[in-house]
Amino acid sequence: MPGIENTSLTSFYVTPQFYENTLADVKRMEDDFLPVSVERKDEAERVLLKEARLLDELRLEEWLSLYSKKCLYWIPTIPGGGDPRKEVSIAFDDRRRLEDRVYRIRTGYAYSQLPLSRTRRMITNIEVTEGSNENELLIRSNFCLHEFRVGVLRSFAGWTGYKLQKENDDWKIAMKMVNLIDSDQAHKNLTFML
Amino acid sequence: MTKWDWDYLIQDDRVHRFVYTDPEIFELEMRKVFGDTWVYLAHESEIPNVNDYKTTYLGLRPIIVSRDNDGVIRALFNRCTHRGATICRTDKGNTRNFICPYHGWNFSNDGRLNGVPWGRDGYGESFDKNELNLKQLAKVESYRGFIFGTISDDICSLQDYLGNAKELLDQWIDRYEGELVVRSSAHRMTLEGNWKFVFDNAADGYHVSFSHRSLLAVGERYNLEQDKDMTYFGKNPDRSPMYVQYLGNGHVFLDQRPMYNQVGDRWEQQRPQPGREAYEKTIREKFKEKAEDYLDWTAGAQMNLSIFPNLLIIGNQIQVIEPISVNQTQLTWYATTVDELPDEVNTLRMRSQEDFPAFGEPDDVANFAECQRGLSIPEVEWVMFNRGYNVPDRQTTDKRGVITAPVTDETPMRNYFQEWKRLLSVERRKVNCQE
Repeated sequence: MPGIENTSLTSFYVTPQFYENTLADVKRMEDDFLPVSVERKDEAERVLLKEARLLDELRLEEWLSLYSKKCLYWIPTIPGGGDPRKEVSIAFDDRRRLEDRVYRIRTGYAYSQLPLSRTRRMITNIEVTEGSNENELLIRSNFCLHEFRVGVLRSFAGWTGYKLQKENDDWKIAMKMVNLIDSDQAHKNLTFML
Repeated sequence: MTKWDWDYLIQDDRVHRFVYTDPEIFELEMRKVFGDTWVYLAHESEIPNVNDYKTTYLGLRPIIVSRDNDGVIRALFNRCTHRGATICRTDKGNTRNFICPYHGWNFSNDGRLNGVPWGRDGYGESFDKNELNLKQLAKVESYRGFIFGTISDDICSLQDYLGNAKELLDQWIDRYEGELVVRSSAHRMTLEGNWKFVFDNAADGYHVSFSHRSLLAVGERYNLEQDKDMTYFGKNPDRSPMYVQYLGNGHVFLDQRPMYNQVGDRWEQQRPQPGREAYEKTIREKFKEKAEDYLDWTAGAQMNLSIFPNLLIIGNQIQVIEPISVNQTQLTWYATTVDELPDEVNTLRMRSQEDFPAFGEPDDVANFAECQRGLSIPEVEWVMFNRGYNVPDRQTTDKRGVITAPVTDETPMRNYFQEWKRLLSVERRKVNCQE
């Protein structure tokens, strides 16, 4: 793996240690958060709100650019996460599979997204704390998401855990973990982005 | 006699839309198809210990599958014999007794009524505790970990019912050096369509190039020379060595294995899963000459084996069809783990098992819902299964009665519907199995 890995095409970074780190981050999400400065919190909130806006406007390529090159987009089936090495997830996407997901929708032949889902999401209860260093933030927030497709309006709710990492003065999403309140139940068509 | 003329509704190369749309036919199915056949209930590894249980459905009937205090696997109707409440409301657990939350009737996990509140003083002479045990399925049998149940008391043995599907199930189970178990949570989805769309689709090599066009296109994103999983369907699949089979008793099979001849092919051709390169490196370094097999085992078996009416073996998953109503179905994908295989292999297997439910099945499910919508039109009555029908030299029948045809032929649907018709036509609950 010479030079910088092109994570659009390969996945050398999802190692056994990556799983360990992810589980450690999730564990920290269970604790009370020590607060960060108002400025820091504002920076973090703006990432979340921008992400929501780009998703709701289906600007999926711009949305991808909010994610780090070694990201994780995770929708567990187990409430609170479970161990993804032993449990199947609704999504456990590395950068490559996340790009696959967008690519598939953009082919114009993804019949589960023809027509595309229309969404609008509310984000509240935002709590922010520092991660393992000052270039890392952990966030948890609640969401309520309405989705409309083929004549049916549906709603989804849950909490989201984020890990942001600072890259060249920008906060990037290194992990997004979407915990649906009904993650262990059946869903109709989860092919839009949560 | 019912009002239905089954010979009219189920013809050789087409079926009437009513079999997908009529609520009364659905009700009949829930008794005669989900009842008089061997229906898959659970995997033994989901209830590994004495007093473990899980709740599920046989058709629409709520069922408790329990391993009783003596280790016997039982399927109890989840219905208090007193006033009808379900006695168990959790997905799984471990208990010796089920106590009805409504009036406290207490049953042991073999179904026996242990007692009623405050003793039997409040009941007269006619009260016979033994008549009020939980009702159970007529028969419960398992085959190599797969637990099936039936409400028919004169059905053939499970092994006879599995018939020609049995050795294919063996091949799927025996692919690994280790025991295939269900330990993970499941991936569940609902669809706005009749349950048979799922069964039709499971051995349908016709739809792949079209319904899964977006998935096949994802493979092209990598600009590779070689085929990725299923991209070979994009070329004329009839010229490939893949085939479909009708196995008897409603069971059908689609075999993609001929596209994978060498050890290592499955791993090579698999769409990449998260951690693929990192884990390949680790597995090769750590396990040396075993690595090729291990990597292959992270990929799907390329066998689509469908055991009528509700068990579909697909990839490495156990997929179960759960009808909800005539136009609503739940699909549950039980991810499998292989005990004795290294953790690295099982981790990668999990990531492989997230591929098709996310990138493939949703497009089929969208098409099933649109079929259901289309079939609401009364003026257009027929669903056609005529590809390969009456085409000379296209299909063969061997001495077991197994019919083999090119992979795009609608042979599986034409034939399982004849079995469906036979079951629906039976006036009393007597079910024989083909030898």
